[in-house]
Amino acid sequence: MTTFSRRTLLTSSLLLALATGCSVEDSKSSGSGATPPPKTNGSKTDDPASPPKVVAPAEKLAGEVLADGSSTVFPITQAVAEEFMKVHKDVKVSVGIAGTGGGFKRFVAGETDINDSSRAISAKEIEACKKNGIEYLELKVAIDGLSVVVNPKNDWCKALTVAQLKKLWNTGSKLKKWNELDPAWPDAEIRLYGPGSDSGTFDYFTEAINGKAKECRSDYTPSEDDNVLVQGVNGDKNSLGYFGYAYYADNQDKVKLVAIADGDDASQAVLPTDETILSGTYKPLSRPLFIHINLKSLAKPQVAEFVKYYIAQGQDYVKDVHYIQLPENDLKESQQRLTEALSAK
Amino acid sequence: MSAPAKLQEPELARRHRIGKVFEWLCCGSTWFGLVVLAVLLVSVLWQALTWPAPKVKPGASGPTVAKAEDSAIPLSKQFFTNYDSRHPRRAGILAPIWGSLWLIGLVALLSVPIGVGSAIYLEEYANEGHFKRLIQINLSNLAGVPSVVYGILGLTAFVRMFGLFGKGGKTLVLNLGFTTLDVPLPFERSLIAGALTLALLVLPTVIVAAQEALRAVPSSIRIASYALGATQWQTIRHQVLPAAMPGIMTGVILALSRAMGEAAPLMMIGALTFIAYCPGEITNVGDIFRNPHGLVDAPFDKFTALPLQVYNWINRPQADYQHVAAAGIVVLLTILLLMNTAAIVIRHKFQKSTRW
Repeated sequence: MTTFSRRTLLTSSLLLALATGCSVEDSKSSGSGATPPPKTNGSKTDDPASPPKVVAPAEKLAGEVLADGSSTVFPITQAVAEEFMKVHKDVKVSVGIAGTGGGFKRFVAGETDINDSSRAISAKEIEACKKNGIEYLELKVAIDGLSVVVNPKNDWCKALTVAQLKKLWNTGSKLKKWNELDPAWPDAEIRLYGPGSDSGTFDYFTEAINGKAKECRSDYTPSEDDNVLVQGVNGDKNSLGYFGYAYYADNQDKVKLVAIADGDDASQAVLPTDETILSGTYKPLSRPLFIHINLKSLAKPQVAEFVKYYIAQGQDYVKDVHYIQLPENDLKESQQRLTEALSAK
Repeated sequence: MSAPAKLQEPELARRHRIGKVFEWLCCGSTWFGLVVLAVLLVSVLWQALTWPAPKVKPGASGPTVAKAEDSAIPLSKQFFTNYDSRHPRRAGILAPIWGSLWLIGLVALLSVPIGVGSAIYLEEYANEGHFKRLIQINLSNLAGVPSVVYGILGLTAFVRMFGLFGKGGKTLVLNLGFTTLDVPLPFERSLIAGALTLALLVLPTVIVAAQEALRAVPSSIRIASYALGATQWQTIRHQVLPAAMPGIMTGVILALSRAMGEAAPLMMIGALTFIAYCPGEITNVGDIFRNPHGLVDAPFDKFTALPLQVYNWINRPQADYQHVAAAGIVVLLTILLLMNTAAIVIRHKFQKSTRW
């Protein structure tokens, strides 16, 4: 009995392997022979498996929306996608986290419909778009304030000036101790934590503080995972780090904010709060967050509807995920730009 | 004669002491691994079963307020039926579970016939020589290649297909008789691209394990079979393969559990995404019968997998997600444990049924 069962198992599995192999080959040859390439377009509309779908109302959307890019913008796009898919059940939205730069690499190749960006598109990326014949629409969706944080036990560092931050973070900086920043501070080693070089946050911080994107000292602890930075600063009294406001908002008991002064007068320093980030008084570390949309994709009804939803409803979710809603004129500008782009089609 | 015996006595006691110390050292190293593992499991399980106390923030409201649709513990029934969500207490694991199951199924379909086939060729047919030795060395080296490298290979070979199909790609329509199948070329970030990448990753392991199993079959069995007039095919089919089956199956299942836990190559091919739908829109076993077309569509859908989803959750700012991630880890570990148990059971069953 056992022999029989084992034999059948073996033969059946072999047969299965053979059969699948053959059928795929057969269908491939018959497919290329009997069905000429023009049928490719037709096949999408005549779906034999579900005839009722064809009769469905015209407003029923289907298809894919592909978004990729910044991990900072991800929570917003994810929230919009989550709610959007509750309304439009047949639309499949996927949101990737390749980083702003990594996402743009795909965007300029025409692989994605939407890029989540924690900075504006760079000159190099614009050029790549031109080369590939890709036109895009840039929309502001929220505002983020990069937060400089220290350990809660740190009772000396309450404010820093941009000049001090530059002294601390610039390329080749030899600054090692707190008292080198301010003589009144302790003679203890500063340990630095920051995002890795693939991050848009890193690009923005280095440009705002050191004057040029990606210019930064290299002897700090980098991590693409902001929770690692939170843990690092939390576990070390002499540490200092920076990351997006959302990570501060969710870890207020673990790290302490440092006020930042634009210029070199520490008494003018401003703490990042919802209000100061929104009003722009928290300078220079508050930044807009964007989505970039491929105009060709915007012609697809499901993408157009998704972006419309994003701009119309997105602000409600921005607060949910701890970013700061756009000020009214910025939101109006985004709405207007979208309307223009949609009507141009 | 008595003098040397007396001399040996203190020596003997010392040697026994050394033996005891060595025994304790070995015992200690055994327990070291086990204790660390136990601590890890307990802490993950603890995290998976509790939410952190809600933070009372001055002026903050909304997300911390519990709603009816929020689950009571991270690892709840709802966790298995929900998709990922921006509310940690509503986040679920439905899409990654189906993604991982599809992935493992496809990897098995791809790697088992090819892996076992090449093992049989190398062990039973190929002549000893430089060529075989070259293949053998390469196989052992491939088994040690870091998985990220396979990810890069998968990205160029399957996701982009070397850019052969130009911008936008093409769609190949296959007529399967009962239904038609749209195959996007290149595969892009679909299940099939992920499965092919992981299949490449585990192939060397499968081949080496299958070879070991075939080599363990005593050559007297083959010779006896030939002596009775069996051909080489008959010998392999009726004697060698059945005898080697337990070893092969064990190797295959262990390789599949490795594929199940891999995150790096899938991240390389860009599968780290928020996905709130299942491949082929099959969300439970019943859907397979209701929507059989989903079965052929699924391999070409976008996907996410358990280790990717866990990684995604760990990266989120809200502390609650660490607990959701822990729940995901518990599910992943349970599936892996079940697979390894299956490997043991299968080996046991096949071993019992060996005829000689």
